[in-house]
Amino acid sequence: MTLTLENITKTVGGVTHIDDVSMTLEPGSFNVLLGRTLAGKTTLMRIMAGLEPPSSGHILVNGSNVTGQRVQQRKVAMVYQQFINYPSMTVYDNIASPLKLQGTAKAEIDKRVRSTAELMHIEHLLDRLPQELSGGQQQRTAMARAMVKDCTLLLLDEPLVNLDYKLREELREEIPNLLAERDTIVVYATTEPMEALLLGGKCAVMHEGRVTQFGPTTRVFHNPATVETGLIFSDPPINLIGARVSNGALELASDHKVALSGHFADLQEGNYTIGVRANHLSVVNPGPGAIAMQGHVELAEITGSETFVHVHFSDVSWVIQEEGVHNPTLGETSTFYLDPSRLFVFDARNRLVAAPPVEIANGKAA
Amino acid sequence: MKFQKRHIALLVYILFLLLPIYWLFNMSIKTNTEILGSMTLFPDNPTLANYATILTDPAWYSGYINSMIYVSINVVISLTVALPAAYAFSRFNFTGDKHLFFWLLTNRMAPPAVFLLPFFQLYSSVGLFDTHIAVALAHCLFNVPLAVWILEGFMSGIPKEIDETAYIDGYSFPRFFATIFIPLIRSGIGVTAFFCFMFSWVELLLARTLTSVDAKPIVATMTRTVSASGLDWGVLAAAGVLTIVPGALVIWFVRNYIAKGFAMGRV
Repeated sequence: MTLTLENITKTVGGVTHIDDVSMTLEPGSFNVLLGRTLAGKTTLMRIMAGLEPPSSGHILVNGSNVTGQRVQQRKVAMVYQQFINYPSMTVYDNIASPLKLQGTAKAEIDKRVRSTAELMHIEHLLDRLPQELSGGQQQRTAMARAMVKDCTLLLLDEPLVNLDYKLREELREEIPNLLAERDTIVVYATTEPMEALLLGGKCAVMHEGRVTQFGPTTRVFHNPATVETGLIFSDPPINLIGARVSNGALELASDHKVALSGHFADLQEGNYTIGVRANHLSVVNPGPGAIAMQGHVELAEITGSETFVHVHFSDVSWVIQEEGVHNPTLGETSTFYLDPSRLFVFDARNRLVAAPPVEIANGKAA
Repeated sequence: MKFQKRHIALLVYILFLLLPIYWLFNMSIKTNTEILGSMTLFPDNPTLANYATILTDPAWYSGYINSMIYVSINVVISLTVALPAAYAFSRFNFTGDKHLFFWLLTNRMAPPAVFLLPFFQLYSSVGLFDTHIAVALAHCLFNVPLAVWILEGFMSGIPKEIDETAYIDGYSFPRFFATIFIPLIRSGIGVTAFFCFMFSWVELLLARTLTSVDAKPIVATMTRTVSASGLDWGVLAAAGVLTIVPGALVIWFVRNYIAKGFAMGRV
């Protein structure tokens, strides 16, 4: 099944929730909807499912219009951020309920419920009620119920957000494998760039109700089409600074000069915005070619294996992500290093004009 | 020491609460001579004659039957009407929903006596006077708003996503409502039924005015007996005890639900 959204717009009480979204989801594809909270991810999924009608626009399945069709008639499944199960039914009945409603034969139901439960590692919990399970098990039940029927569209709305770290990692690793051999279109909403990258597939970045970019996840990551996309698809958000190309050199607002070579070679004269990811900055000199910069240290967050140093200079605040534990003195000026080969360049209209080649972006040191 | 003090206070409290009920029961197993003759804490000659009178005399026991019939009808109607209404209030936004919800409640703000005359006139003219359904319908005016209000609170506690998940799974609305939603708000339905029962069971004014013979409720029978056959204290007390019994039974069954309802802040 191919799902096509054509100029979907949703306004509620004069407020635009979804603004002219058009996209085509291929059969069997894994699609990540990445955006901050309130970006419209959930609304878009609800429209895809048929739970809400769009204010304008069409939803096509294999080319035929299903916009007004009731949700019961569409072959969709959905897993919510909250753990939604039928509290009065056992886990077995929960998973079996979509099949029962389809009129599947009893033996077939039993077989499929058990195999799906096994897949989700809840086969020993089938006789329990949902509230007797842990959060992770409840969400596994919800996912099993969504996966047991032959749906053509599986919507996962931040399914791992309410789980603790360990369970989240565990399920996140399993999800792509669970869905790999199915013909189902999977749409997975998340706010975390890291989750999008781990899940792979294709990625649609959403901002204020618009899809700013849609493409293979790694390509979107390495080529954020706009500054907004870069900010969303980067954690911590991408660091920005104004820049100008004149006299054959790229001059940052902080008065640092970069030669117009490598991926900068084709830049025309004019004003630009430079973006650099926090992990591409360093507090230790990574080698020749790096530009030394000075910043006022505002905050240092130490997670144990990494240090996030917040620096302020030339009216901008940047975050430096560095491996290992570093203890810069707060309030003092500190030196950090910028690798010019890893800069994103956006034009005056905030659109990407130059991105570092993928090999360089993936490499660790300059 | 502190523990003991608290004990005493509680005992005194319960004693005061139970004293009238005990006195009623005490009277019901005494003879009229003893009731009027002297004050005794325990009956000298306990007798069940008063109860026998009530349970054998149709003028008495038909009152209980009538009351139970119209109370049951009322509870059923209230719930059937209030369940979909409460669902609409809790799940949908429609023009004027807040106003309508408030307007429903205002029906309970007027004393029942206000509606006495219109009901009497209306039911007489359409031939509903002295029927069970007449009293049941009249009580709906007070019970439906209350039922909608209580049920709405319970329903709003159920996440909307459960409804949606059910639709996605393929449930039609009626099937979802009956097999998934109703079990989730069981306690709410219990509490609502209890309150409807209680109001309808103890309500005297409307029930007495809208009936004469065929649907005469027990509360009316009791008040009329006072003037009709002199003062048969013992029988009257026995009738009182028997009137308490159904209420006590219902409270016993829904006591856990009511605690839950209080916790949810809607009762």
